[in-house]
Amino acid sequence: MIRFLFHRLFFQALPTLFVLAALSFLLVRLAPGSPFASERELPPQTLEALNRAYGLDQPVPVQFFRYLSGVVRGDFGPSLRMPGRTVAELILAKLPVSLELGFWSLLYAVFVGLTLGVLAAVKPNGAGDHVAMTLALLGICIPAMVMGPVLALIFGLRLEWLPVMGWHTPADRILPVITLGSTYASYIARLARGGMLEELTRDYIRTARSKGLSEAGILVKHALRGGVQPVVSFLGPAAAGLLTGAFVVEQIFFIPGLGETIVNAALNRDQFVILGCVLLFGSFMVFFNTLVDVALAALNPRIRMTGGKGRHEG
Amino acid sequence: MSLLSVDPLSVVFPLRTGEFTAVDQVRFSLEAGETLGIVGESGSGKSVCVSCLMGLVPSPPARISGKAMFKGVSMLDAPAETLRKIRGKEISMIFQDPMTSLNPYHRIVDQIAEPLRIHEGLSRKQARIRAVDAMEAVGIPEAEKRSRAWPHEFSGGMRQRVMIAMAMITRPALLIADEPTTALDVTVQRQILDLIKTLQREHGTAVLFISHDLAVVADVCEHLAVMRRGVMVEQGRTADILRTPSHPYTRGLLNCHPALHQAGDPLRVMPELLESDSPGAP
Amino acid sequence: MKGRGAAAYSLRRDAWARLIRNRMAVAGLLLLCLTAGACVVGPWISPFTYYEQDLFNTNAPPDGTHWLGTDELGRDLLTRILVGGRISFAVALAATLVSLVIGVTYGGISGYMGGKTDAVMMRIVDVLYALPFTLFVILLITLFERNILLLFVAIGAVEWLTMARIVRGQVMGLRQQEFIEACQVLGYSQARTLFKHVLPNVLGTILIYVTLTIPGVMLLEAFLSFLGLGVQPPMASWGSLIKEGVAQMEDAPGQMLAPSIALSLTLFALNFLGDGLRDALDPRRTEGRR
Ligand SMILES: Nc1ncnc2c1ncn2[C@@H]1O[C@H](COP(=O)(O)OP(=O)(O)OP(=O)(O)O)[C@@H](O)[C@H]1O
Ligand SMILES: [Mg+2]
Repeated sequence: MIRFLFHRLFFQALPTLFVLAALSFLLVRLAPGSPFASERELPPQTLEALNRAYGLDQPVPVQFFRYLSGVVRGDFGPSLRMPGRTVAELILAKLPVSLELGFWSLLYAVFVGLTLGVLAAVKPNGAGDHVAMTLALLGICIPAMVMGPVLALIFGLRLEWLPVMGWHTPADRILPVITLGSTYASYIARLARGGMLEELTRDYIRTARSKGLSEAGILVKHALRGGVQPVVSFLGPAAAGLLTGAFVVEQIFFIPGLGETIVNAALNRDQFVILGCVLLFGSFMVFFNTLVDVALAALNPRIRMTGGKGRHEG
Repeated sequence: MSLLSVDPLSVVFPLRTGEFTAVDQVRFSLEAGETLGIVGESGSGKSVCVSCLMGLVPSPPARISGKAMFKGVSMLDAPAETLRKIRGKEISMIFQDPMTSLNPYHRIVDQIAEPLRIHEGLSRKQARIRAVDAMEAVGIPEAEKRSRAWPHEFSGGMRQRVMIAMAMITRPALLIADEPTTALDVTVQRQILDLIKTLQREHGTAVLFISHDLAVVADVCEHLAVMRRGVMVEQGRTADILRTPSHPYTRGLLNCHPALHQAGDPLRVMPELLESDSPGAP
Repeated sequence: MKGRGAAAYSLRRDAWARLIRNRMAVAGLLLLCLTAGACVVGPWISPFTYYEQDLFNTNAPPDGTHWLGTDELGRDLLTRILVGGRISFAVALAATLVSLVIGVTYGGISGYMGGKTDAVMMRIVDVLYALPFTLFVILLITLFERNILLLFVAIGAVEWLTMARIVRGQVMGLRQQEFIEACQVLGYSQARTLFKHVLPNVLGTILIYVTLTIPGVMLLEAFLSFLGLGVQPPMASWGSLIKEGVAQMEDAPGQMLAPSIALSLTLFALNFLGDGLRDALDPRRTEGRR
């Protein structure tokens, strides 16, 4: 297991992060136009001074390694638009809220999705299956930006059951979490159903039945382990999607998260903020994918033994 | 009263193109401690027939009719809970492909111990101790050490031994072996057959042994039944059938088997039978 | 495209027949044609434009002249939704096309060459897979001027990875088949063999994946426009219209609901069509499903 983790970290995670950093940094530096260009034309001397102050007069590779060594120490550089503020400050101020929203949403998605998917697989084509799959279809075809306002309209403005603004009380969390998590719950439900159905056709399920195990026991002890593997594989992309999807939900429910920071930075062309976010989210994704691989290895002894290889396709 | 009496059993699968009768009015019975072999070509309905007795054929879609009594319990219409208590406790089953019959996500020892946990309510620890004993009994070397291994670390022959240990661990009255040696190579086949024979004698277990290989069945079983296209065309004592087969199909089977074949006669294949393989298969 | 095998051709006819028999898929297809058609034709015959303001008639409820009412600035909502639909469909099609061209070429070459080339090319895809794409698109938008054309390319440029993987897998399978060997024996160039004989046989799979890419791209565009990083006012897209509607939700919920319904209906239609296509082109799957 240690070897597996080591392999995963040094041969996949770190190279990926490096490529991400190099690619996005190059893009930023090679893009036409100075990062300081704005409506107001700056005099050349000022521009030069600014460039020197931000170290942008150096050759690009030097800049890159300077930036990289900063990033490793948690220094993502200064904001180009808000004098005196660092990128790390700007991000850290808002990150916890976005992470919390993403965390609850992921939990909700996994719980609801697995429940629906497994229930659907117990009796394929039964009433439960149809209900669960219809719900999943709704969740996939009604994106967060539609579901959020509609939920807010019904449960907030019309029925006045739930708050639709802010991020203070536990009740504030309900609608945003449902809004953000439902799409992923739907995908998880479909994946869980498919995985369970496939697993239930295996020979060893027949063996378990021939031992006299109850249907519930077969499901929990023998089918679940293999059946949830597609779901676990999906958790990496899901986590990434939840983090960015949160921006929209934050705007709908007036949640003070990272979304606003990023949108403003993008509109103001505050490049280092966006660059910092790209790297931060990239690290999250790499971290999550590693976690997913570890989870898959823990679930499946065959992967554990063979070391790095064995990640599922698609 | 027989341990198991099937009188008669029919299984029909509805297909898009009509119906397919996989098992057609099959009758046989088995006394305690007796061994009965069922032979027949691939697709003749052997597996469907015995799986039905275990309640392993999902119905619907299959239509199962007839009567099958095991120790006074009607196996075709008893409540699910009753059947569950018989499966794995009174009747055990081993399957053709040991590579896929074991759950890749569970340790060997736990899979062998599972019937004990289900039927005798043993704790995990007690069950594991008995499972290791069972592994020794089926001739797995260094049982203690290897018990914590995963199925993918075992060879096919070893896995089939594991399946046998698992099936025998509750001392069932009846063991159903559905082509347990077909997927193994010849030397291993021999060992597994000997193992089944030994265990059968030691515990006095009745065995329902399925194979498409007449020689294998003749070796293990006192009684023999021949199935073809869902119909049982012949049954009786193995020795009698080998000496004087009454059905032409049995004669055909005998003729293409060099080992059982009377010296002097020419060896023949069965062109007519080969062509008509797997009738009505979708 | 010429040079496809007769077998592939008849498969396609069978598939069409199967698709037509699938009621949900046909409904999806019709709905899609209807929506797309309305978006293309609607703005021409509408007496209003998407940008003309009428500050004396703002937030009007639906009536005979403004079928869906007007927005905050008195612009005709229906016209704006139809124009917005044009943008959504155009981005979806263009970005899908970009991803298709890159993905199919990349995956085709990777699968066809095999060996080391394939290993390296797929490793690159693996690494790119782990990048946070939505943010990457935002980065591109930040760096370059925010114009709609860039949006097409940016989205397309990040959406090709899965397509490349799928095409590669299919091509690898096909490469071993006899008619491809025959092409080599006949001395056709590799490029000709790949593009004229291998890829047409992968068309079905590509088509299935396209029906999955289109809604994905559409959502990404809506996402960006909702955040204000997509189309620029007064231009509209469904994402930006929903955003504008949300601001008026308390007094005029219709302004939020109308574009929402347009977006969701289109997604439903695409979903049904996609499912139908998958069943039609891959009949083996149908038996195992529901
Ligand atoms: N679920 C099912 N639906 C339809 N037909 C089935 C089903 N299960 C089995 N059959 C058919 O029943 C027939 C008998 O199958 P069975 O598995 O009993 O054969 P067998 O004698 O065990 O053959 P083998 O030696 O290959 O194991 C076959 O033709 C098979 O196609
Ligand atoms: Mg069989």
